[in-house]
Amino acid sequence: MKKIILLNIFYFSFCTVAVKSAEKGGMPQLDPEFWVSQIFWLTITFGTLFLVLSKFILPRISQNLEKRRLQILENIETAEKQREQSEKNLKEFDEIILKSKNKATEVMLAAREKVVSEITKKKMKLDEDLTSEIQNVEKEIIELKLSSPKKINFIASNLTNEVIKRLIGTEVNESRVSALVEQELKKLSRGTNGI
Amino acid sequence: MAANPMYQFNVYRIGPEIKIGEIDLSFTNASLFMVISSLAILIIFNLGAQKKNIIPDKIQLLSELSYTFVSKMISDTAGSKAKPYFSFIFSLFMFVLFCNMFGMIPYSFTVTSHIIVTFVLAAFIFIGVTIIGFIKHGFGYLKLFVPSGVPVVLLPLIVVIEIISYLSRPISLSVRLFANMMAGHTMMKVFGGFVVSLGIVGGWLPLSFSVALTGLEILVAFLQAYVFAILTCIYLNDALNLHH
Repeated sequence: MKKIILLNIFYFSFCTVAVKSAEKGGMPQLDPEFWVSQIFWLTITFGTLFLVLSKFILPRISQNLEKRRLQILENIETAEKQREQSEKNLKEFDEIILKSKNKATEVMLAAREKVVSEITKKKMKLDEDLTSEIQNVEKEIIELKLSSPKKINFIASNLTNEVIKRLIGTEVNESRVSALVEQELKKLSRGTNGI
Repeated sequence: MAANPMYQFNVYRIGPEIKIGEIDLSFTNASLFMVISSLAILIIFNLGAQKKNIIPDKIQLLSELSYTFVSKMISDTAGSKAKPYFSFIFSLFMFVLFCNMFGMIPYSFTVTSHIIVTFVLAAFIFIGVTIIGFIKHGFGYLKLFVPSGVPVVLLPLIVVIEIISYLSRPISLSVRLFANMMAGHTMMKVFGGFVVSLGIVGGWLPLSFSVALTGLEILVAFLQAYVFAILTCIYLNDALNLHH
């Protein structure tokens, strides 16, 4: 109900407004009094606007835009160049690293070989020394072995002589004693397989 | 007097009467707003064009974005051949846009709400486009009225329709802008009048309507300037690239 009343009020006020405007002669747009003046001023203002914009302002804006475009292109080009350069540098760096690695391996191998050969040389010399020493010692042992029975015989016969002299108090013929001792020793060495 | 929604469209003399012979060339409120709009455009774009930063600041960005906006609009609708007419279409778009926008300020005057102004602009465009068409294509421009692929029987009818539609271009172009502006401003005035007549009790509804209408009218102000410029581009396209 309220709405209808409101709408009615709208409608009537609109009607009165419309009637009033019709009384005043309707649209001022259709009154030709100032048409020529409007055309004249439109020509002047729009003409001036067009001339100033096209001669002075728009070329400058276009120049600015072009300058920016060129600058951006240049920057992109520079960036591309720098990227290429850095890639190149990276490759060179990798190569250098690879080379130095190879060289390091080579040096290491050479050093190892040298060390190994030296070690083998020293080892061989040591071996030789050892062998000669062993041979010498063996020779000495053999000599000792060879000379030891005579000495043992001599000591044994002397000892026997002394023992007999103390026990009996008489001197015994040395040659007989030594013959006896020799005989006994032979028996002993036969019994113990001649140690 | 102020309650009349058409009162805002009244043209009145400012300053002395200037008469050349019988012709009245007096400076009016319409002239004043034409001058204000043109000056505003020139000042804003001059400020924007003076700065030559690689990274633009606000005013420079505004002018450069407007430039690229209009430039893209022209190249999209009329192709690269329309480049020489860029300045004209840019001026046209900006002039109509600024006149519409200045009209949105309360108690100001909307230049484009007058049929004579829009008609002069549209007629100038119509005559210019027709001249360009005849210069580019000679009498071949008349082929515009004979679309290809139409049965011969229908041809007389189609040609008549095409000629009428071509001749009505300046009228449709000017009336579209004028009627939109006038209707919008009248409606806002009417709703404003309701606010006063319904008072503090019932005035809120028309007031909220007025607020919404203001937003709509700002949109319409931009849209009509855009439509005006883009239709000019389309007419120019017909004259430059004869497709029929």
